[in-house]
Amino acid sequence: MRYLPHSEAERAEMLGVIGAANVDALFSAVPAKALKSFDLGLPAHSPEFLVEAHMKALAAKNHAGSDGPFFVGAGAYRHHVPATVDHLIQRSEWLTAYTPYQPEISQGTLQMLFEFQTQVAKLTGMDVANASLYDGSTGTAEAVLMARRLTRRNKVVLSGGLHPHYRDVVRAYLKDDADLDCLSASPEGQGDILDHIDENTAAIVVQTPDFYGHLRNIKAAADAAHAKGALLIVVITEVVSLGLLEAPGALGADIVVAEGQSIGNALNFGGPYLGLMATRKEFIRQMPGRLCGETVDAEGQRGFVLTLSTREQHIRREKATSNICTNSGLCALAFSIHMALLGEAGFTRLARLNHARACELADALAGVEGVEVLNKTFFNELTIRTAQPAADLVERLAKRGILAGVPVSRLEPSNPEVTNLIVLAATELTTDTDIAALCSALSEELA
Amino acid sequence: MSMNNQGRPTGVGTSGFASTSGSALLPNEPLLFEIGDTEHSGVDLPDAIITNDRLGGFERKSPLDLAGLTEPEAMRHYVRLSRLNHSIDSGMYPLGSCTMKHNPRLNEKMARLPGFSDIHPLQPVSTVQGALELMNELSHWLMTLTNTAAVALTPKAGAHGELLGMMAIKAAQDAAGQSHRTVVLVPESAHGTNPATAAFLGYTVKPIPARADGTVDVQAVKDALSPEVAAIMLTNPNTCGLFEPQVIEIAKAIHDAGAFFYCDGANFNAIMGVVRPGDLGIDAMHINLHKTFSTPHGGGGPGAGPVVLSEALAPFAPVPFVRKGSDGLELVEHEEGTALGRITAFQGQMGMYVRALTYMLSHGGDGLAQAAQDAVLNANYIKARLAHAFSVPFGDYPTMHEALFDDTFLAGTGVTTLDFAKALIDEGFHPMTMYFPLVVHGAMLIEPTESESKQTLDRFCEVMEELAADAKAGNKERFTSAPLKAPRRRLDETRAARSPILKWERPADLPQAAE
Repeated sequence: MRYLPHSEAERAEMLGVIGAANVDALFSAVPAKALKSFDLGLPAHSPEFLVEAHMKALAAKNHAGSDGPFFVGAGAYRHHVPATVDHLIQRSEWLTAYTPYQPEISQGTLQMLFEFQTQVAKLTGMDVANASLYDGSTGTAEAVLMARRLTRRNKVVLSGGLHPHYRDVVRAYLKDDADLDCLSASPEGQGDILDHIDENTAAIVVQTPDFYGHLRNIKAAADAAHAKGALLIVVITEVVSLGLLEAPGALGADIVVAEGQSIGNALNFGGPYLGLMATRKEFIRQMPGRLCGETVDAEGQRGFVLTLSTREQHIRREKATSNICTNSGLCALAFSIHMALLGEAGFTRLARLNHARACELADALAGVEGVEVLNKTFFNELTIRTAQPAADLVERLAKRGILAGVPVSRLEPSNPEVTNLIVLAATELTTDTDIAALCSALSEELA
Repeated sequence: MSMNNQGRPTGVGTSGFASTSGSALLPNEPLLFEIGDTEHSGVDLPDAIITNDRLGGFERKSPLDLAGLTEPEAMRHYVRLSRLNHSIDSGMYPLGSCTMKHNPRLNEKMARLPGFSDIHPLQPVSTVQGALELMNELSHWLMTLTNTAAVALTPKAGAHGELLGMMAIKAAQDAAGQSHRTVVLVPESAHGTNPATAAFLGYTVKPIPARADGTVDVQAVKDALSPEVAAIMLTNPNTCGLFEPQVIEIAKAIHDAGAFFYCDGANFNAIMGVVRPGDLGIDAMHINLHKTFSTPHGGGGPGAGPVVLSEALAPFAPVPFVRKGSDGLELVEHEEGTALGRITAFQGQMGMYVRALTYMLSHGGDGLAQAAQDAVLNANYIKARLAHAFSVPFGDYPTMHEALFDDTFLAGTGVTTLDFAKALIDEGFHPMTMYFPLVVHGAMLIEPTESESKQTLDRFCEVMEELAADAKAGNKERFTSAPLKAPRRRLDETRAARSPILKWERPADLPQAAE
């Protein structure tokens, strides 16, 4: 087998040094009835080209984003990733290193994390960011738990504009908790969360742009939360929006959670993704996840280490702030490289381009008979109401090779009010031709 | 387009660090904010004209202040930084409990096929049948290798898998009217994630002491059992590198008491294809795809931690999962019956599913068993070669995939496990896991994996022997001053924690570019 270095002669020689008659002797602690007592019935080892053929055949059964007009967003976005990014993250020293437990020989990873934390803090307008979490949805659940620890209150209110999957993850994390107030979906963008804050509220969770694409008034939410001693958690699923929209930190957010997939990371059918989390400096000891900090070495040279790990499970065990034991290192690296390539100038241009494309999409859709655009505000994503049920319509468009967005009913099957709604996203990759193809297909299907 | 080519200051960092070139191949690399500025960019994008924006007055007014690099500068910055890392590809990385095996590049190539990487989690299910097939196939391998009834693929990492497994146990007990079960038994040798996960879900953690031989005594488990016990979280093979010989009896005692057996599968690499955890009586076990199935560790994630489930827990799997429908495969995305809901947006770590399945197909069932046997052979070889010079805490019987030593052999030398590990850096090896498991003093946990050749193992053992001899000979200075040959000398972790500097701050003498 090509990945295994030993020859049979070497195995025999090693067994001799160990003083074992055969390999089975090394498994002597295993109860006899459980050791190799089966035939797995799995295929035998295979040469590289056959494995490749098998996987390519599976991949060929999927419609890739590049195969036609593409408007699917709703928490994961199809952006262009510069070739440099994917080249660099496949370098051995990035790809095959692990958690920087030995900082003296992990300064690459550590300095990158320090740079990444700086980028995320600047983007969000917050004091500090951690070294990343699994993704935006689990990050949101962690933020809710963090807010409860900070306020010693229990009640949490989730805005009706929060991504339904994120809401479901928070619900699963707080399973037996009657103190979770999930407001019903608000496709029209009406803000109703401010009336739900009281003296027992630990935090309110507001997404902007929200699931339906509306931009939310973060300042008003922050003021209302703070007036009652509650915290504001801001969730962002499209991190590119921060190139054009005011940073939540400048508007009073206490914890910001974002999905960072848009920068540097492919769609990958949903993972691996990148959870970003940033907060105020007074809250860092309750923040979950890894943190990288600056220090000096024995010669006074600047260097970096993982720090404040007394919050973490390997030190605190059952008293840890979270059971999280990793970050999304390679996804954070991809994000950081892509963000460094963009810089402020490129990131701003990227955001403007996304908004411009979405404006073109909205205006074109508004001209289609049987389509109503619900949004007055948006960044690069918006919701339409169609004259026919959305799920079937999206399916018919897919048969024409157009991926027209996400029927909201797929995420909210028990809500009859969303039956005819589709959420669509445009990015820098969306062309005029794509928009024209979508609109003409919609016109035909709705005629 | 016009390029800005003004020269930029290479700034002075937050701790008065002056950028020097370092040695030939180990540069002192400035921070990206000390190289780039807000004007430069390595991406060419047109400046869009927006005549009628829909931003509702929420435009950004605060500065971004994000440094940009042109493409050649970025390439050099990240290549130079990368050289400061030890990695599997550059040398042995025997971190116990981490399974730092070779990461085949075919996995990477397959994960980048557009049919896998360029598909959206919410595009119509009819357009991603190949992805669902892949998930199905991976599930089949995982269930076959473990002899279990179901698998939940979605957990994003091992600890996330633990969380899911324990949630499933909780859901099953709540459904059976057993909500009074609030205690979870956790052996002292467990990873920290086990007690953290149990506490996260509101359980009280009751530690089970290890026997003198490093394993768990079925009697100790029986003594700890009570009507309040919900589950045991047992790592097998355990963190001392030992297979729990009484695991079947422990499982039976747990089940007889109406509790569940959660197995931490971090060390599954030792037994894949050789022992099926389902035959031992486990109810739930997470499998770290980034350990056992070679998906890259990536400097600390992303991982992937699918959880296999017994018949009893199968109904409590989270959404989404794949099922055969009338019209091909379907993706079940909403709670049905007693499922516990959703623990992550979308379908989990698809990129890792592709890599793991590629690895499985490459090895085949036979190759996986061979890999497990070689991993165990390698660990025993190290243990046998070093037993004379090091102190072996647990007996003279075979270990599994990792060799555990304690620091007794260093008694009176003034050298600690930490010092010893740092000296190993100077010899070109990544140190072993230190001070874990907690059940032995000054632990050194060495996991070579099956990827290391006999030649490398011999070299490693020679170095270890030489270091042990030098420590015993009183050459303390070599150890306490180590590492000397790494990009950095020993770093001051106390200082980092006392006054945390967690991001770069612009020095006063480096003004931001004019807006």
